[in-house]
Amino acid sequence: MNASTSSRFAALGASALLLLLAACGGQDDSSSGDSVSGEVVADGSSTVGPLTSAAGELFKEEQSGVNVSVATSGTGGGFEKFCQGSTDLSNASRPIDEAEEVPVCKDNGVDYVELQVANDALTVVVSAENDFVDCLTIEELNTIWGPESEGKITKWSQVNPEFPDEPLELYGAGTDSGTFDYFTEAVNGEEGASRSDYNATEDDNVTVQGVSGSEYALGYFGYTYYEENADELKAVAIDSGDGCVEPNPDTAADGSYTPLARPLFIYVSKQAYAEKPQVAAFVDYYVANDAEIAEVAKFIPLSDDQRSQLEDAAAGLDSSA
Amino acid sequence: MASIGSIATAPLRASREGDKNAKSIVFLGVLWFTVLFSVLSLAVLLVTSFLDGSTRLDANLFTRYSSIVLPELAGARAAILGSALVIVLTAVMAIPLGVAAAVYLEEFADSRRWYNKLIEVNLTNLAAVPAIVYGMLTAGVALSIGLPRRVVLTGAIALALLILPVIIITTREAMRAVPQEIRQGSLALGATPLQTVWRQTLPAAVPGIATGSILALSRALGEAAPLLLLGGLVFVSYDPNGLFSGYTVLPIQIYNWAKEPQLAFQQVASAAIILMLALLLLMNAVAIVIRNRYQKRW
Repeated sequence: MNASTSSRFAALGASALLLLLAACGGQDDSSSGDSVSGEVVADGSSTVGPLTSAAGELFKEEQSGVNVSVATSGTGGGFEKFCQGSTDLSNASRPIDEAEEVPVCKDNGVDYVELQVANDALTVVVSAENDFVDCLTIEELNTIWGPESEGKITKWSQVNPEFPDEPLELYGAGTDSGTFDYFTEAVNGEEGASRSDYNATEDDNVTVQGVSGSEYALGYFGYTYYEENADELKAVAIDSGDGCVEPNPDTAADGSYTPLARPLFIYVSKQAYAEKPQVAAFVDYYVANDAEIAEVAKFIPLSDDQRSQLEDAAAGLDSSA
Repeated sequence: MASIGSIATAPLRASREGDKNAKSIVFLGVLWFTVLFSVLSLAVLLVTSFLDGSTRLDANLFTRYSSIVLPELAGARAAILGSALVIVLTAVMAIPLGVAAAVYLEEFADSRRWYNKLIEVNLTNLAAVPAIVYGMLTAGVALSIGLPRRVVLTGAIALALLILPVIIITTREAMRAVPQEIRQGSLALGATPLQTVWRQTLPAAVPGIATGSILALSRALGEAAPLLLLGGLVFVSYDPNGLFSGYTVLPIQIYNWAKEPQLAFQQVASAAIILMLALLLLMNAVAIVIRNRYQKRW
C-alpha cells in the first residue's frame, strides 16, 4: 500500500474518531455560549512537551470540554505524524527540515504556521565542587566534544594547559534527541558530529547525577535541568568571541547567549485551526497567555520582540481561515 | 517453557552429598552470589522507591491528573484508569482467542501436517519476540486499516498480540496435564469430541489456564515499549471513556515523570512505581493461589 492511500485511510479513521468524540463531548457543554469541546492532539519534542501540557492544563480550567493530549515522539517523530495530518500541532525544538520534512507536509496538503513559544539555553554544566572551570570558549568545547577528539582528549589539561591533569568525564544527550542535534551543530559545526566515547543518555537526570557526583565531570542539557539542580551544579559561561556569557533567561531571550540559546516552537496545522474550533481556541489561548504558561512550566519566556513576532505569526492563522 | 507448577526441582546439595571437592564448593559459592546479587538489587530498588515515593502515596495519586502547573499534587488517575481499561480489553481479546487456538492445536490439530508444524514453530518463536516488535506490527496494521494509533483499542490489540503466544502455550500445557483417561472415558460414554473438550478437558484445565493468563496479563500491565511506539500519550488530563479514547498507562506515566527535571515528579514516579509493583505482586499472588488451591493432582 502506498503512502498516500494509507494516510488517506488514517485521515478517514481520524475524522471518524473526531466526529464520534465531537458527538459525545457536545452533549455536555452545548448549553453555554462560546464554550467549545473536542480533542486537541499534539506530538513532538519531549523538551517542548511539558510547555504544551501546561498550556493544556491551564486551558482546561477555562474550557473543561476540551481534552488536550500530548505525546512525545521527539521533534522528528512529531513532524512525521504532523505532516501525515494525524496531529493538530507539533512541538519542536528545531525548525522543520526544508529538505526532508516540508515536502511530506506539502504532499499531504498539510499547511502550517510556525510559532516560537519559548526559549531554551543549552547549558554546559560541571559539578558545584569544580573550582577551575567558570567559562569555556567554543573552541575549547569543540576540543572536548569534536569527533576527532575521540580517544585522544582524555584529560582536562589537554583542553587548556591551566586546567588540572585529571581525567575528563563526559555526559551528554543520546543521539536521538533534538538536544544532541542542536549541540553538535553549534559546537562541532555539523549536526550529529560528536565523539562517541561519553556517557550518552536520553534521561537528563542521569547526567545531573553523573556530573554532580564528580569534580572532573562535564555535561550538557536544557536549562530547566540546571535550574532544578542549581545547588549541585555549576553552569559554565560560554565565550563565542565576545566574552563570557552565562546562561540565564535574559541572555537566552536577548540572543547574547550564543550559539547555545535555541528557540522552541509549536507548529500549528492551518486546516485543524480552521476546521476545529477547539484547536483554534487552544492555540489562541496558548499565544495570548504564553508568558504565564512559560512561567508555570519553568521555561524561559519570550522577549518583547519575540512576543510581537509570535502575535504577528499567529495572525497568519486567522487570515488564512 | 516450563509448565506451571508441575515441575518440582529437588535442590542440588553438592557440598553435603559426598561431592566435596573444591570445584563444587566454588560453584556453589558463585550460585549463592548470583542469588544474593539479584535479591539485593530488587531490595535496593524497592527500598529507594519506597523512600522516595512514600510521601506521595496518598489519595492524590489516585484522584488527580498529572500536572505541570502543580507537580506536588500530580496524580496518576488517567494512567490508572487507562491501564485498567486497556488490560480488561486485552484480556477480553487475548484469552478467548488464545484458549481457542490452544484447544485446536492440542485436541484437534494433526501435528504431522506441515502447516500445524509451522504454527507450532512460529508460536514458540513468537513468545520470545521483543515487545516493541508487536508495537511496530500493530502500528503498521492500524495504519493500513485506518485505525487511529493512540486509542485504547489499538493499544489493547498490541498487548493482546504480545501475550497471545504465552496464553496459547500455557493453555496447551494445562490441557496436556489432563490425563488421556478422562478424554477416553468421556468418548467411551458417547460424548462427541466437542462435548469432551467443552465439558471435561477444558474445565479440568481452567486453573492452569487462569494462572497462565494472569501472569501474561501482568506482563502486559508492565509493558510500555509497544504502546510508546504506537505514539503513547504522556499528558492526559481526562478519563479514558471508550474504545476510541486517548489514554495513557502506568508504565508510560512513570517513564515520563522520571525524565522530568522537577524533584516532585521523580517522587510521584516512585509512588507510581510502588503502586505498580503492588499491583503486579497482587496479580502474581492470585495466580499462585489459584494454582495451589484449584489445580487437581491426577
